Amino acid sequence: MSLFSTRTATPQTGPTMAPTPDSAAPSEPAGTGQNRPRPDPLADQRHKLADKPVPVIDCENVDIYYSDFRAVSDVTMVFGVNEITALIGPSGCGKSTVLRSLNRMNDLIPGARVTGCISYHEQDIYGPDVDPIEVRRRIGMVFQKPNPFPKSIYANIAYGPKVIGMDVKNMDDIVEEALTRAALWDEVKDKLKQSAYGLSGGQQQRLCIARTIAVQPEVILMDEPCSALDPIATARIEDLMDELREEYTIIIVTHNMQQAARVADRTAFFTARPSEDTGDRTGQLVEYDATRKMFSNPGDQRTEDYISGRFG
Amino acid sequence: MATIGAVATAPLRAGRAGERSGTSIGFLVALWAALAFALVCLATLLVTAFIDGYPRLDGALFTRYSSRVIPETAGARAAILGSMMVIVTTALMAIPLGVAAAVYLEEFADPRRWFNKLIEVNLQNLAAVPAIVYGMLTAGFALTVGLPRRVVLSGAIALALLILPVIIITTREALRSVPAEIRQGSLALGATPLQTVWRQTLPSALPGVATGTILALSRALGEAAPLLLLGGLVFVTYDPNGLMSGFTTLPIQIFSWTGQPQVEFRQVASAAIIVLLGLLLVMNALAIVIRNRYQRHW
Repeated sequence: MSLFSTRTATPQTGPTMAPTPDSAAPSEPAGTGQNRPRPDPLADQRHKLADKPVPVIDCENVDIYYSDFRAVSDVTMVFGVNEITALIGPSGCGKSTVLRSLNRMNDLIPGARVTGCISYHEQDIYGPDVDPIEVRRRIGMVFQKPNPFPKSIYANIAYGPKVIGMDVKNMDDIVEEALTRAALWDEVKDKLKQSAYGLSGGQQQRLCIARTIAVQPEVILMDEPCSALDPIATARIEDLMDELREEYTIIIVTHNMQQAARVADRTAFFTARPSEDTGDRTGQLVEYDATRKMFSNPGDQRTEDYISGRFG
Repeated sequence: MATIGAVATAPLRAGRAGERSGTSIGFLVALWAALAFALVCLATLLVTAFIDGYPRLDGALFTRYSSRVIPETAGARAAILGSMMVIVTTALMAIPLGVAAAVYLEEFADPRRWFNKLIEVNLQNLAAVPAIVYGMLTAGFALTVGLPRRVVLSGAIALALLILPVIIITTREALRSVPAEIRQGSLALGATPLQTVWRQTLPSALPGVATGTILALSRALGEAAPLLLLGGLVFVTYDPNGLMSGFTTLPIQIFSWTGQPQVEFRQVASAAIIVLLGLLLVMNALAIVIRNRYQRHW
């Protein structure tokens, strides 16, 4: 237990981290009501959302290029602590690109580069002294397709703490803790030594989430985590995200607008616009607001068209 | 709509270009003939070798050294031991180098850099270079550094150079078959690229690496040309006892015996061929077993 309670004591949630007096407004404790009705996702936001997010990650005028091609242009937005932020938009609008730039996974693509500033607790994560490995330890990631390692369930969880040299007293406890948090422990506790490939797709994805939280990141990026899962497994992951929000900041890319409406506190809508001179489609942020407002009273016509199913 | 009805009601009997037409059957027969030709040649070789060599395929073959004067007592002990020694030395040199080179090229090298492109092209060419060229290269190298040419180490260097491109290419194939998601999953947890290679990518690729390596070594085992060019000894009556020891190998010994006029030498050569074929068969079978049992289908 001590393992996970210590991380909440780290200064990241403190108001001192807020760059402006505005955002120092007290953030509401998340997840106060557990039983949100599913049928009407907009009916009841479980907790009151602060007017402005308390920033964990702050993007300012971010452009992302693949070699000469500008994939995303001029994104300015703030991801709030202990909030779930959804990035939605049609295919090719750059939402996954933005997500992957937040923990420097884009570095792995030859030719990818970022201009502008992405800061994590006011440190530029693309700064010259910044180690991308260290960034990824704080900002974990769950992928579209469940990607457990070809090892046992136990080894999948233990891998992260081992490679980052975490001070581990008892690995068994860490494994149990992480699997419990990911709501997987009861299903796998008797087969920890079995291959992770024997699990169902939904279980594998929860294993990947467990694996990510075992290294105690502060932020978890999720890149369409449910797109390969059936509705029941999807619902379990969404419930899990709800619970995780209390201790983690979650940023999720999703193609499923209902999912964004169900789980996200804030939603950002991206779209792609062809450039005048080259015709290349460049992604841009259209609108970013509280989910409730985005889905009931969007400020931009394009958002409304997309959400009401007129395009995308 | 009417045409669809017409197609549906047309009889399904074989047409001119159907499966049972004369052309199709003729082509099939040609394919079978090609296969049969290859198999008959191989069978003839095996059967004649077996008939010739069977009487000499006894304990003495493994325990006795070759003989100049009494061909009836000649054995392949020195050649068998020499082959093993050279192959083990070759493996010790070629496998770490080949795997490391493949890991660099596949996991770390930027494919857009000109020198990596150059390596890429050259690697394909090197794999196609005739074996004897590697013998010449090693002879030149040995002369330059003052290494005796006819020792285990020189032979192993030549064979290691010979199979290095093959090991690099097969290891790269094996690494490439490991899905990118595995690497990304590891990196996203905060593992370094090196940890990712050591703990995820390479272990996952191991069955493929092992298969390719064994096949490459079996090629080296049957190779005579580069060793002959190095002046490989054909008459050795002692066990090789170190890297700087003179040696002979099975292919060299077979080559030497078949050049002798006495029929007994040809018989013992056939027996040695059976041993060599047996060794190759075991290695190839091992490669197949490893591939079938451990290769993962992602």
